[in-house]
Amino acid sequence: MAGTIRVRAVASGDSTEVQSLIRHPMDSGFVKDSKGEIIPAHHIEVVQFEHGGKTVFTALWGPAVSKDPYLKFSFKGGKKGDDLKVSWVDNKGASDSLVARIG
Amino acid sequence: MRTQLIGIAVALSAAGFAGAALAASEADYKAALAKAEAADQQAHTLKNQWTTTEDELKEAKAQAAAGKYDEAVKAAQHAEALANASIAQAKEQEKLWPDAVVR
Amino acid sequence: MLRKLFIAGVVVAAAAQPLLAADAGDPQADFKAFRKYFTERFPKVPLNDFVNGPYSMDEGLRKQWKAIDAFPPYEFAVEQGKQMFATPFKNGKTYGDCFPNKGIGIRQNYPTFDAKSGQVITLDVALNQCREANGEKPLDYSKDDMAALTAYMAFTSRGKPFDIKIPNDPRALAAYENGKRYFYTRRGQLNFSCASCHVQSAGDHIRTEVLAPALGIMNAMPIYRSAWGGMGTTSRRLRTCNSQVRGVPLAAEDENYRDVEYFLSYMANGLPISGPGARP
Repeated sequence: MAGTIRVRAVASGDSTEVQSLIRHPMDSGFVKDSKGEIIPAHHIEVVQFEHGGKTVFTALWGPAVSKDPYLKFSFKGGKKGDDLKVSWVDNKGASDSLVARIG
Repeated sequence: MRTQLIGIAVALSAAGFAGAALAASEADYKAALAKAEAADQQAHTLKNQWTTTEDELKEAKAQAAAGKYDEAVKAAQHAEALANASIAQAKEQEKLWPDAVVR
Repeated sequence: MLRKLFIAGVVVAAAAQPLLAADAGDPQADFKAFRKYFTERFPKVPLNDFVNGPYSMDEGLRKQWKAIDAFPPYEFAVEQGKQMFATPFKNGKTYGDCFPNKGIGIRQNYPTFDAKSGQVITLDVALNQCREANGEKPLDYSKDDMAALTAYMAFTSRGKPFDIKIPNDPRALAAYENGKRYFYTRRGQLNFSCASCHVQSAGDHIRTEVLAPALGIMNAMPIYRSAWGGMGTTSRRLRTCNSQVRGVPLAAEDENYRDVEYFLSYMANGLPISGPGARP
């Protein structure tokens, strides 16, 4: 799944605030379709943010996270122009990643 | 002993009463359903059907399909009452809505 | 019990009727009264903020809304809509060929009264008419593709004030009046009208939701609702409102729905399009 990640990272002082929106169905595996059959679980399991070769944020997601999840966090460090790598893997083994620039 | 006899008498008369006078037939159900559906159709023309009317009609048909005509007739009569209430609502509201207009 | 309430209602109406005699339909008077009611009841809300629905009524909700504003949940729908809009039909024509200004920045002119058919045409209906005129199948009115297309079109009109016209045609006035009637009429087993929630109880809670004021309630359409986990059109919202008060919904874009959208959009004339919107 390509092109699923949007990121905006803004450096301010000694920290960087990151917001992201990831396009993913995040099916919990508990919902039935109109025919009454279970829609199989299909959701992101791990999201990772890396800066300067280090992982600055890891999220372990599961069925409780809704479709097209939005995420916001801050980490110490990072300055304007730096690279920030975002990647995710889901329970079917699919993945996507993106390198964004800190603004 | 006396209470036992009275108890048996009451039980017998109750069974006899229920057995003879109240058991609904398929014909009774069909008549009750027809009345309910006619009322629901009138509510439909007035664009004012209630979801609960539709639920009760479904219930009546389900009970009839299971051969439970007493319950089916009850549900059909309930549906008819709901449909009539929705018709009354539509007719009353035709006169009442101007009172609610912001002036 | 219900019977008694209805009878009581009829008695009230009978007493009140002489006072309501010549209500021959004056949209401008309605407009003034509607605006006055909301601005006086909510004096701290800037006029243009009413288009933000529950966020104009509740500070906590507003903060949450603003927090995700960098990546609003309708973003993917707008992108999809933009792509759909630019893709030609099988006959080579595009949506732009059906509309003034190539279909860009025109959302605020809908609904509009069509003299030829004598009907109120909403943007969604106009889009399907465009499709059918060009040999394409119409889109489902509730969600997905139609919601994406109208999300994009609303986005191109962001900030533009609603400019709904009621031409000097008795049929247009009748449609407006029908929409007004629909808005104020109680329905469903729960016996609520649109006004019960969006006029009387605007800003109050219904279960966990904050009720949006009726003033400007169409400006954010179509909306991404978190409760739906996706986009929905005006049709979807109106139909859901009906079933929520235990009324059987009408068909999407039924005359009553188009007319109530006409009425509500006219009431919001001058207020900016804020769509597509994000709602809880």
